[in-house]
Amino acid sequence: MNFLNQVLQGAMLGGFYALVACGLSFLFGVMRIINLAHGSLAILGAFLLLGMLNATNWPNTMGDYGYLAPFVCLAIVLPVMAAIGWALQFLVLDRSLRAGPLIPVLSTFGVAVILDNGMFETYGANSNSLGPFIGDLSFGSWNLTDTIYIGQLDALIFGTAVVVLGGLQLMLTYTKLGRTIRATADAPDVVGLIGVNQKLVFSAAAAIAVMLTGLAGVFDGMRTSFAPYDGGTLLIFAFETVVIGGIGSLWGTLVGGVVLGVAQNIGAEINPAGFQIAGHLTFLVILIFRTFGFKIPLPRLPFRKAAA
Amino acid sequence: MNAYKVERWTRQSVFFSAAVGALLLVLAVGPLVFPPGITDRLTTLFIYIILAAMWNALAGYGGLVSIGQQLFIGLGGYALIRISNAGVPMFPALILAIVIIALVALPIGELMLRLRGGEFAIGMWVLAELAHFSINLDPLIQGETGTSLLALNAFTPGARRADIYWMGLALMILLLGTLFVLLRGKIGASIQAIRDDEIAAASVGVKVQNGKRVMFVLAAGGCAAAGVLNLATTISYQPHAFFGIQWTAYMLFMALVGGLGTFEGPIIGAILFFSMETFFGATGVLYLIGLGVVALGFALFIPRGIWGEVEARFGVRLLPVGYFLKMVEGEKVK
Repeated sequence: MNFLNQVLQGAMLGGFYALVACGLSFLFGVMRIINLAHGSLAILGAFLLLGMLNATNWPNTMGDYGYLAPFVCLAIVLPVMAAIGWALQFLVLDRSLRAGPLIPVLSTFGVAVILDNGMFETYGANSNSLGPFIGDLSFGSWNLTDTIYIGQLDALIFGTAVVVLGGLQLMLTYTKLGRTIRATADAPDVVGLIGVNQKLVFSAAAAIAVMLTGLAGVFDGMRTSFAPYDGGTLLIFAFETVVIGGIGSLWGTLVGGVVLGVAQNIGAEINPAGFQIAGHLTFLVILIFRTFGFKIPLPRLPFRKAAA
Repeated sequence: MNAYKVERWTRQSVFFSAAVGALLLVLAVGPLVFPPGITDRLTTLFIYIILAAMWNALAGYGGLVSIGQQLFIGLGGYALIRISNAGVPMFPALILAIVIIALVALPIGELMLRLRGGEFAIGMWVLAELAHFSINLDPLIQGETGTSLLALNAFTPGARRADIYWMGLALMILLLGTLFVLLRGKIGASIQAIRDDEIAAASVGVKVQNGKRVMFVLAAGGCAAAGVLNLATTISYQPHAFFGIQWTAYMLFMALVGGLGTFEGPIIGAILFFSMETFFGATGVLYLIGLGVVALGFALFIPRGIWGEVEARFGVRLLPVGYFLKMVEGEKVK
């Protein structure tokens, strides 16, 4: 039964991975850029929220509702993250895109180095956590049986992931912005002919992606502890999630996250170091399957197929 | 139609190649005359030059940006620990470790070279992490605690310093020489075509995948050599230091700032990086932020790097890697 519980916890962890991955996946879907600063941006979001909590002292002034303070601050941090995404596109991505295929990889890695070390310089090496600010939510759970339980925070994160992925799908399918983004992803050079400002669309996409990344970072901070150099690990997990789920497929991201989370938790059952190893191995095996021609069918969003 | 001739050795490159030869001769007698501190620092410089040149071989010529080359640095060190532990004498063990890792890179390349762009970049990092955590399980390594290259205790510090210096110099010359010969040969033409435009190169019959394979294995062997040398100089093998992402930051900086896709550029980048480290390394995190800012600035505004700009503006080429096309009248067209 304990094993079953581990699988369940892994699946719940998968919801978190899907949330971490969707910013990466979305930006790749629209701009064909793998943003190597993705994980660092998530950590930045967590630090920004922590900074706000400390600066406003809301957790105390809100009395009984103090545990809601992080979510109130989120309403401010998310637009800030969106603005950072906009700036990232404006200052870095736009120029990189025009400079050939190597440059985005180089420049976003440069951004990651700056962010990681900048956060280290600002916030120090200590581990931080948003867990203490959300009261019972951080450890509360519903027990299904004696050994099987569902954490309340995990459920909230999983639910958020589903809402975010569903929201993205609805936005891409039914709104004007969504249609424009899809058109731009399909043919960035052609949409200009029908009056679409490609730069503006990319900026909006980057803003959405980085905002979602910040949201994921905040949840990371609530689930566990975070430190300035943790972005790399988040980036790797996000990337693995995207690849396992199928690049360009948003719902695949959820499947990918669950597969990765379950693999990691089963690995951890076998050996304490197995968490990482099992996750990476699962990723590689699926990668090998994909590359050598096995198709794993997954529901696809109205993105075009990833240009191989 | 004008008559023309193809020129490889310009007067400039003849002169410069001779100067390089003379410099190498001076370096070869280094440990006999330099103070110990200088010898050690120069060994570090050799390691950086190897790393920069190998990363450039992959990114600049192969068009493959990897953020996981620390995989081979770590594996090289690990192989040396294992081989040395099995009783193989020090210097044969050094060479054996490098050769083994280059062979290991063959199947890895087969898989990874099917990936593109950012996927290849992060895929390599995942491999590095996987190798890191797997090696931690080896009882000989004792997890993150690491272990030491005990066989080096048999040498006196002076002899060890000099031997490792010569080993570093020899490996640097060998690896850069290999790259140089490759670039001048048939494979070099195809690699440089891939660098300039992969799709166009494939369309005129260049075997793109072959060229990339060669660069991948060379870069893997070169990074393994750097890892082996690093272990020989630091003696202790701590997995997180060998598999750390900071290596990628260093390599990227050196190759990008010096000039991706040029032979001379990464060497200049390595010397620049080495000097920066010598003068600012003590400032720690600020220094790393500076590295990131400079790398980002070069990526966005000077993607050809220092040497790429010099080459493009002045038409100089210090080492005869490419060709110049000359009109018979003497008009240089390049």
